[in-house]
Amino acid sequence: MDFIAILSIFVLACFVGYYVVWSVTPALHTPLMAVTNAISSVIIVGALIAAAEAGSPAAKWLGLIGIVLASVNIFGGFAVTERMLAMYKKKERPAPKKEAN
Amino acid sequence: MSLSSFLSVVVEQIDIIEAPVAAVAHAVNPWVAFAYLVAGVCFIFALRGLSHPTTSRKGNRYGMIGMTIAVVTTLVTHDIASLPEIIVAIAIGGGIGFIIARKIAMTDMPQLVAAFHSLVGLAAVLVGWAAYLNPGAFGILGEGGAISPVSRVEMGLGIAIGAITFSGSIIAFLKLAGKMSGAPIMLPGRHVINLGTLVAILGLTVYFTQDQSFWIIAVITVLAFIIGFLLIIPIGGADMPVVVSMLNSYSGWAAAAMGFTLHNTAMIITGALVGASGAILSYIMCKAMNRGFLSVIAGGFGADSSGGGGGAAQTDRPWKRGSAEDAAFMMSQAEQVIIIPGYGMAVAQAQHVLREMTDLLKEKGVTVKFAIHPVAGRMPGHMNVLLAEANVPYDEVFELEDINGEFAQTDVAFIIGANDVVNPAAKTDKSSPIYGMPVFEVDKAKQVFFIKRSMGGVGYAGVDNDVFYMDQTMMLLADAKKMVEEINKALAD
Repeated sequence: MDFIAILSIFVLACFVGYYVVWSVTPALHTPLMAVTNAISSVIIVGALIAAAEAGSPAAKWLGLIGIVLASVNIFGGFAVTERMLAMYKKKERPAPKKEAN
Repeated sequence: MSLSSFLSVVVEQIDIIEAPVAAVAHAVNPWVAFAYLVAGVCFIFALRGLSHPTTSRKGNRYGMIGMTIAVVTTLVTHDIASLPEIIVAIAIGGGIGFIIARKIAMTDMPQLVAAFHSLVGLAAVLVGWAAYLNPGAFGILGEGGAISPVSRVEMGLGIAIGAITFSGSIIAFLKLAGKMSGAPIMLPGRHVINLGTLVAILGLTVYFTQDQSFWIIAVITVLAFIIGFLLIIPIGGADMPVVVSMLNSYSGWAAAAMGFTLHNTAMIITGALVGASGAILSYIMCKAMNRGFLSVIAGGFGADSSGGGGGAAQTDRPWKRGSAEDAAFMMSQAEQVIIIPGYGMAVAQAQHVLREMTDLLKEKGVTVKFAIHPVAGRMPGHMNVLLAEANVPYDEVFELEDINGEFAQTDVAFIIGANDVVNPAAKTDKSSPIYGMPVFEVDKAKQVFFIKRSMGGVGYAGVDNDVFYMDQTMMLLADAKKMVEEINKALAD
């Protein structure tokens, strides 16, 4: 892919990001940071290529360490986001609440 | 046979069949490019889901699907010489991440996010180095077996941004976790040092296009580590929402730069999304403090507060001390109570007892609302997560602009662990460091209860707060959690 094609994707994605993120409700800004954290670890793709391809043992080891780091982020980021989002609840209806008490 | 001589042989053979050099490493399969694009779109849906709590979990699933697509596509399209090692690496990292995500206390989210940012940064550095060492694997070889000049610039910048993200996030983590003083550390001439380092990094990146030596990449990495460190140490604890957002943004730009280097659309789209997200959050935080982004990043704010100079003025002004019983009585008689939580609530872990208090009040027919300032806490949305953890329904939690008009019709404003965000000096005193910052108009409420440890300390901005001395204010001097527990006891009687 030539540079201009890549640049076009990048610039358009910046605009998409701009509008999508403004639509995120402020109450979910912490989960937003956690999930952006998880998805920015898509950098694991680079680490996987480095670890998978033959040619340089040093690059392979750097790749493997990169995979460990990015995996912490991916699993940790998605899991903690899931945990947080599960806590956001709407006001309970009175009936089931009285039973609970 | 060395790598470069091997590659030159390959290049010669390729020249014979007139195929592009990049084809050696991985033929550009349109399905692969398509798969990465789908992954990128999934990530857009992941963020889109966060526009409302009801759609948010579905969004998170999209994120997981996108990541799975990206990883599986990469694995099946490369000759995997080391699949067992890769699986072990994913299992180790994934296991650690999963356990951390399960065990972390919600009050510790800011430092967790900072720690996660540092990992993205370091991973970007490692991938950049790996690409330098094995460019053929990434298809970034230009003519004559050297890395193409454009790729070298992208590589240099990607490594630099990744390294800044790494060391900056480490400092942010240490400050947020309380392992390092939150007070700003001011080096003399730090702006000159920072700018000089930055210029050196850019200069080296340009020089890297001419000379593909290893030392250049190494020096860029080291300089970037240093500048990340220097950038964050002068920034005070309560400016951390901006810093965490900014580092969030950087981690995105690092991923995008690596995407440019590796010609990977999933990385570019994701990097742009994350970069934009962090930038917008930084902007919202700065606006909520009425401060310029550059002034926050320049650091030093709140440095005076440690001197205790602001505390002196308080002795000669009269203020009223209230008790838990006073608060319980006034609130149970009220029609509407607005609770304004701040970082102090998080420190005291008072969110659960606070929710019990709202339950008791609701049983007495009182309307209870929560009011959240954008910069309350140590990261964007920090208070909302803590309240959600304590089972406060999200439709009882309001943003600044949505609730500020209601204080005039409110009987009790209950301030717990917040200070600067209710300071009227932001509206009236032009000389105040927080002048222009949007604040809650608690002075319009009929009665104000202000939980605070003691009268001695002032807010982060180091300015006295007129709310302490208003006729309708009662100070509740105690640990936030203990005070709310006592109020609950009084309410239950």
